[in-house]
Parts: sequence; structure tokens; C-alpha cells
Amino acid sequence: MTTRVIVSNDTQPERVTTPLAEVRDLTVRFVSREATVHAVNGVSFTLAPGEVLVILGESGCGKSVTLRALMRLLPAKRTVIEGAVRIAGHDVLALSPTALEEFRGSVVSMIFQEPMTALDPVFTIGTQIAETIVRHEGVSRAEADRRALELLELVQIPSARRRLSAYPHELSGGLRQRAMIAIALACRPKLLLADEPTTALDATVQIQILLLLRRLKEELGMGVVFVTHDLGVAGEIADRVAVMYAGRFVEAGEVGEVMKRPLHPYTQGLMGSTVHAGLRGTRLAAIPGAPPDLSRLPPGCAFAPRCAFAEAVCRERLPEEKHLPSRHMARCIRVAA
Amino acid sequence: MTSVSASRDPRDRGGPAQPLLSVRDLTRHFVLARGIFGLGRKSGVVRAVDGVSFTVAKGETLGIVGESGCGKSTTARLLMRLIEPDSGEVVFDGETVGSGGMGLREMRRQMQMVFQDSYASLNPRLPIEDSIAFAPIVHGVPKARARAKARELLAAVGLAPDQFAQRYPHQLSGGQRQRVNIARALALEPRLIVLDEPVSALDKSVEAQVLNLLLDLKRDFGLTYLFISHDLNVVQFVSDRVLVMYLGRVVELGPVEAIYRAPRHPYTRALLASRPSMDPHRRMTEPPLTGDPPNPINPPSGCRFRTRCAFAEGVCAEREPALSGSFAGDAHLAACHMMVAGSGHSLAPARA
Repeated sequence: MTTRVIVSNDTQPERVTTPLAEVRDLTVRFVSREATVHAVNGVSFTLAPGEVLVILGESGCGKSVTLRALMRLLPAKRTVIEGAVRIAGHDVLALSPTALEEFRGSVVSMIFQEPMTALDPVFTIGTQIAETIVRHEGVSRAEADRRALELLELVQIPSARRRLSAYPHELSGGLRQRAMIAIALACRPKLLLADEPTTALDATVQIQILLLLRRLKEELGMGVVFVTHDLGVAGEIADRVAVMYAGRFVEAGEVGEVMKRPLHPYTQGLMGSTVHAGLRGTRLAAIPGAPPDLSRLPPGCAFAPRCAFAEAVCRERLPEEKHLPSRHMARCIRVAA
Repeated sequence: MTSVSASRDPRDRGGPAQPLLSVRDLTRHFVLARGIFGLGRKSGVVRAVDGVSFTVAKGETLGIVGESGCGKSTTARLLMRLIEPDSGEVVFDGETVGSGGMGLREMRRQMQMVFQDSYASLNPRLPIEDSIAFAPIVHGVPKARARAKARELLAAVGLAPDQFAQRYPHQLSGGQRQRVNIARALALEPRLIVLDEPVSALDKSVEAQVLNLLLDLKRDFGLTYLFISHDLNVVQFVSDRVLVMYLGRVVELGPVEAIYRAPRHPYTRALLASRPSMDPHRRMTEPPLTGDPPNPINPPSGCRFRTRCAFAEGVCAEREPALSGSFAGDAHLAACHMMVAGSGHSLAPARA
């Protein structure tokens, strides 16, 4: 499990990194008698160890569903997941229920937006962390308690020993979020999935949690897939950004590149709608209209109905991925590859 | 902003020089029953809003910012009398609101509110047209006229009346519902609208649409806004003046350019510095503040920010700093001992 390949050899400048996560043509559909909702429609990406990919998009674009599909946290009866998901050597979509239980927590774990609903209100923080460790690693409770204390210190909870016996409601929002991160890290996952973990926090606390996640990622060498609607958050934490619209990545690339030269009209619109200093007295360049209904997706580019540059061909055929040499991808006919 | 439309308003009594809204020493404490937070602990008092004073000029937008628990939403509810204040005075265009002065019914004709949760603030069983017409009918407008007006307002907020008038709230998106709430707030032709986090629950692209709409409506209807938000960028975009709150107190108040260019209170500085940069090449390395905002139950003595302030000294625990400018007539006020000559703080300016 913990095979470590050391490539810091001077005679070998070529570093060959096998991806930590590899997702190919992921589709997720929710099927009910009334309708089929096409939540994710062919998402592909790879993630290197220690890399942070931010999936950026608005509500209903499929970003959280993508994240949940990576650890199969979707209701099995009503969900059809297709494609290939490989994480740290595991074929996630083929895992048996028992193997899946082992996989969750120790290979991949997740943190959520609302720690109050993700944490169990009737157990102390210490118990919830220790329980995870005992369950996955079979160590004694005393050993697990010791590790729980270490973890609270790792996520910089002040007076950690006292906080072990605190219930979630006794902690402030920021401390609860730190406690949830501690639980997620309890079994040293290789991949951390973060679903808007700072959205419900105050501004001065949000930046603390972002900096904490950045430091933990450096120290523990985890890969991180981070979902957010906030461009500023992406700017603080991402190595790469993927912009999602109607279940597809419409643009992806290194964060600096995407922020400086957004190629897709949707990304450009998103940036134009984001209020920042210097816009006072101007009209915001809002995107007209609303995102499409995912149960009735148009055949072509899903953004075409809201796009100022749309042509007939956009509505007929799905634009292909265009790749620029700067490792920058966009799904738009206007991009010359 | 211009007060052209305000000066044409027959309801305008004091002229443009008289503030539309003047709030003095507004206070509301919530007393917690003994025992809720565990046995043996003393009962607490949440000092939600503690001596808040400000004015809103005719035609301007005053932004109120602060983190959760700072009392910004309680202030809005106190102004609308959705909660009764313990003490303090609210004066609307020269007339005191409450006993002996302007009645609540009249006050709510002139002052309306839009809430953050667009779904919870609409009646799920009423078509939106009826929700919008409801208040005018209560205030004596004939039904047919109120309905016609509701349709006009729907058009004004960008919802085609023929398509939307008969829809129910659950048939609308979040952005559309917030437009309905804005239309409803306009139905009584108010002069002031209190907007409590009106775009916080919306997606960015929709947020921009609604902000543009709010600016258009302000111009077209000659409105005055009190705009409450935790989002510093949004507040900067819409406000003429900004009020910063911390644990129930005003810590800084002034023109938007002054506050964003040269914030004076250490809390305002930290709040502004906490904004993510949008530039991956200039990432933050240290958080401007550590810890969460403290619990508003039994807040710290003296300056309430001192427990998180890097510059706190003895005097900060002893005395609460008053809101003051750095010269007579200064429109930019801050409540910090470092600003006041002779306050006893080592970083205070020398006495003139």
C-alpha cells in the first residue's frame, strides 16, 4: 500500500509520475420513472500525486456529482455511472461493496460544505476520529486516541486535548471544519475530495482553512480535487482548474493560464459576472438566461442558448476539445487549436 | 448619487439635506434562559446590536458588512420592527418611528425589505402575482389595480408577466424568485429598501444579473438602499458609504473609496486582506486573522476586537473606543484607540 518511489536521483532527470487518479469519459445519469437527468456527460481528467484540481462551476453543473462518483457516494439504485475511474491502482467502478468500504477513507476521503450535518451530533470529535482509525487500521482504542490528538494538532485546533471531548455543537464553524478535515485525514488518504468546504465560512475563517488545506497537501503529498463556485478560492488553492457546465468540462488548464486567458465564452462570462474591485460604476457583464435542464440537454453545445457568439453549428454538434500547446483545453468552435 | 427623483417626491419632507433614515443608539440584547448551555453556567446575554448609530442620506446606498454574528441582520430586522429594539431611536425623514410619531404601518409603506432566502420569504401557496399584490391590497388598493401593478412590477424586474404571473414560487429558479421578492418590495412604492444578503444565495452569473437590476431600479424609482452583505466585493460595488460591524458594534463607517483604499480599523484591514486574490501568482501565505469571531454571548470587555487584534494593549481591555474621525468633520470614522490622540495606546498619534 505504501510503496514510495523515490525519483530524486540526479542521474535520472526524467521524472515519470503515474497519475494518482485517472478518469475517462465519466457519465452519471439519475434515472427515475419521470425523467433521466444527465448530470455528468463525459468527464475526463488525470491528477498527479500532490496536485490540486479545482472544478469550478455553478449550482447544478454536475461538479458535486462528479466528486461523489469518484468514491461512489451516489444512491446505487437510481444512478447509472459509466466510464473508467482509476484511483491509486483501484478500478473504482468495479469495487465490491466490501472493497469499497476499505477504499473509502483509506485511499480517498471527502470533506463537505456543512460540517454540522457531516459530523455526528451525539459523539465527541475524539470518538469520531478514533472510530475511523480503529475501523480501518484495527489498532487499539488507546493508540487511536493518541492519533486523534495528533490529528487535531495537525489541523491546528487550539487546546486540542480539551477539544477531543467536545461535541460538534460546542465548536465554532471554523473549528468544526478543521475537525472534519481531521477525520478525513485520519487514515492518511492519497486523494482528498473537497466539496465547497469553505463556502459556509466567514471571510476571515475561509482563508485560514484554504491555507491549512494547502499546507496539509504539501506535508502529506495528497492529491486534491476541490469543487467550488468561487473564482477567488480557485485562485488561492488550484494548480489546475476545470470549468464545468451542464455536466461537461468546457475548459481546463493551469490556474494562472485559465484566469489570465479564459477561452470559453462561459468562463469569460463567469469572470465578467464576478464582482471585484474596480467595477464600481459599471454594469456587470452578466450572462443572460439560465443553465439548461439536465433532463433535456440540447444536442450541441449546452451553453449555445446563452452564448453571444453561438452559430448554427454550435446547436447541432457538440464542439470538440481543442488543446492549445500551453496545456489549455476548451470545448468551443472559436478556439483555434 | 443624484437626489433628483427624491426631491420631486411629494413625500419628501426635509429636502435632500435631511437624512432619509437616522438611527441613534439602536440596541437589542437577547437574554438566554439559564441552563440551555449546560448546568451551573451563568445565563448569558447576546449583545446582538449594541448602541448602533448611523444615517442614510436620500438616494444613497449604505452597505453594512461583517461576519456572522456581528448583528447586521438583527439591525435590519430592528429597523423594520420585525424585532422590537430594547432602546434607541429610528427617525425616518425627520419623523420618529414608533409611539407618538410615524406608525409602523406607515413606516412599512416607506421602507421595505428583501431577504436572503428567496424561497422562505414567499408564500408557497400563492401565485407570485398575488404575493406581489398582497401588501397593496392590505393597504387599501383595489384588487384589480393591485394586480395590474403587480404585472407592471414583474415586467420591471425582468419577468414577462404573461409567462410568470401565475407561477408558484417552486416553479421558479433562485434568481427569478429573488426578482419576485424585489418586485414585492417595490409594490408599496417605498423610498427605502433594506436588502439583507439579497444575492448571497445566488450563482455568480445570476448574482450579476440581480445586482444590475438593483442598480437600474434604484435609478428608475429614485430609491435609497441599505445593503447588507458579508461579501466585501459586492458591498464595494453597490455602496456609496460602508458601515463595518463587529460583535454588535460599529467599528468603522465612511465613504466606500476611503474604507477600501485606507481602512483604519484593524478589523476592517483584516477583513479586506482576507479576500482571495484571484491571482494565483500572488497567493496569501499567512492568514490575516486567526480564530473565529468570538461568541456574541458576553463579548470581551473594552474593544470587542481586542482578542483577535495584533495591536491590542492594556487600554483596549479597559475602555471601549468611541467611533471618531481623525479631524473635525471627518466623514470617515473608526472605533479604535490607535486613532485617538491621548487614548493611552502606544500607537496613537501625539496630541495636537
